[in-house]
Amino acid sequence: MQPRDIAPHEILLPVRPAFIAFTLIAALIVNFLPWPEPLLAVKPDFVALVVLYWCIQQPRKVGFAAAWLMGLTMDIADGSLLGQHALAYSVLAFAGLVLHRRVLMFTMRNQILHVIPILLLNDLIVLVIRKLAGADFPGSGYFVGSLFAGALWPVMCYLLKLPQRPTPDPDDV
Amino acid sequence: MEHSPPPFFKRGPTPLVRLLLCSLLSVALLISDARYQYLDGIRQAIAIVAYPLQRVAAAPAAMLHRVGEFFVTQSALRNENARLAEQVLQNGAVLQKYRALAAENAHLRELLAMRQRFPESTVVAEVLYSGRDPFTRKIVVDKGSQDDVKAGRPVIDHSGVVGQVTRVYPWLAEVTLITDKGQAVPVQNLRNGLRAVLGGTGSDGQLELKFIPLNADFQNGDELVTSGIDGIYPHGLPVAVVSNVERNAAYLFARITGRPVAGVSSHGQVLILNRDVKVPERPAEEEKSPRPKKSRRSS
Repeated sequence: MQPRDIAPHEILLPVRPAFIAFTLIAALIVNFLPWPEPLLAVKPDFVALVVLYWCIQQPRKVGFAAAWLMGLTMDIADGSLLGQHALAYSVLAFAGLVLHRRVLMFTMRNQILHVIPILLLNDLIVLVIRKLAGADFPGSGYFVGSLFAGALWPVMCYLLKLPQRPTPDPDDV
Repeated sequence: MEHSPPPFFKRGPTPLVRLLLCSLLSVALLISDARYQYLDGIRQAIAIVAYPLQRVAAAPAAMLHRVGEFFVTQSALRNENARLAEQVLQNGAVLQKYRALAAENAHLRELLAMRQRFPESTVVAEVLYSGRDPFTRKIVVDKGSQDDVKAGRPVIDHSGVVGQVTRVYPWLAEVTLITDKGQAVPVQNLRNGLRAVLGGTGSDGQLELKFIPLNADFQNGDELVTSGIDGIYPHGLPVAVVSNVERNAAYLFARITGRPVAGVSSHGQVLILNRDVKVPERPAEEEKSPRPKKSRRSS
C-alpha cells in the first residue's frame, strides 16, 4: 500500500454515549420524514448508515443490541414483517465490527468503497426476506439508495466527529 | 479511535456468536410474525415508543403546509370559494334526490321485510406519511383505536375507495391501499352489474380484475363500484375505471386492468367509514366431498 493511501490518524475526545443515542434517534426521525414521491425511491436508509458508522468508529460502545433494536423500531414504523430490518442491521453490525480496524486505515474514498457493498448487502437481505414472504421485486431503483448513502458517508463522518474534535485552547503555547 | 484491550480480558462471546444469536432471534420473530399473530403485543408496545418520533418527523411538513396556507393569495381563495359554492349547489341537488330515494328505499325495504342498512359514521383522518416500504402500498393516518378505528374498516376519499385499515395502534392506523399486491376489493360493473374481484398489482395507479372469463362483458371506460357483498365495503362506492382489456385465447382469463378513481397515493385527508355490519353467521362448513373438482360458478 502506498503511504498516501493511509488515512491520517486524528486524536479525538472520547465520545459521549448520549451523543450516540441522539444521532441514532435523529436518524430514525430523518427516516420517518414524509419524503416526496420521487425522492422516496432513492432515499438512503439513514439508520443503517449511522449504525454502520458507530459500529466502525466505536465498536465497543455500539454493537448488536443497538442495531437489533433499531431494526425492530424500523420494522414497526414501516408496518412491515417484524424482524426483517432487525436481521439486516445485525449483519450490518457484524460487518462493521469485523471490518472496523481495516476500514479506518483507508482514506475517505476507499472507505466509501467499503461502505457501499455493506449497505447493498443490507438491502439484499431485506429483499430476500420480502421475496420469501411473497412480495414482488420493486425494481432496480431499490438499490440506488445505498449508492447515495455511500456518497453521504464523508459528510456524515465529518458531522458526527465534530463534537469529538478538541477545541483549541487559547492559552496553549 | 479506541484501542482494543489485550485478549486476556474477558470480552464476552465473539462477534460471530453474537451475530448468530441476533439472526436466530430475528428469524424467530419473522416466522412467528408471518405465520402466527403472536406478536401484536410487542408491536403495540414498540409502536407507542416510536409514536413521538413519527409525530416529530411529520411536524416540519405540517408546519410548511401551514405556512404555505398563510401565504395563499386572495384571488386563489376567491376562486376556490366560488368553486366550492358551485359544488355545494350541485351536491345539494344530488343530496335532495338522495334523501328522497333513501326514504323511499327504507320504506320499500320495510315493505319487503328486508334488513335495514346500518347508518354509518365517519372519522376524518390526516395522512401522516405514505409507507416507506417499497414492497407494499400503505399509508399511516393519525387516528387509531382511541378514535374507535378498528382493523378492517374501509377508507375513502372524496372520489372513491382508497383502501382498508389493516393495523391499528392507539393513535395511529395503517391503511393498506387498494393498489397493494395483497389487497382485493369486490366490485361490480356499473354498466351491466357484473361482479368481480379487483386486486392491486403493487404499482401505483394500476389495478387488475382477477379471474374474469374471456367472454365477459368489460369494456374500456367501464366504471367499477364496490358490490358490497363482502360486508366490509358499503355498496356503490366508486373504485376504478377500466383502462385496458386484453383478451388472449392462449390464457384462461382475460387480462383487464383499471386505474383507481381515488387519488390513492396523493391525498392529505381520508375518511374512515365506521360501520358495524352484522353479517349473518357463516353457514357451517359442508363435509368435504370426495371429488374436489367442482364446476366453476360464473360470476
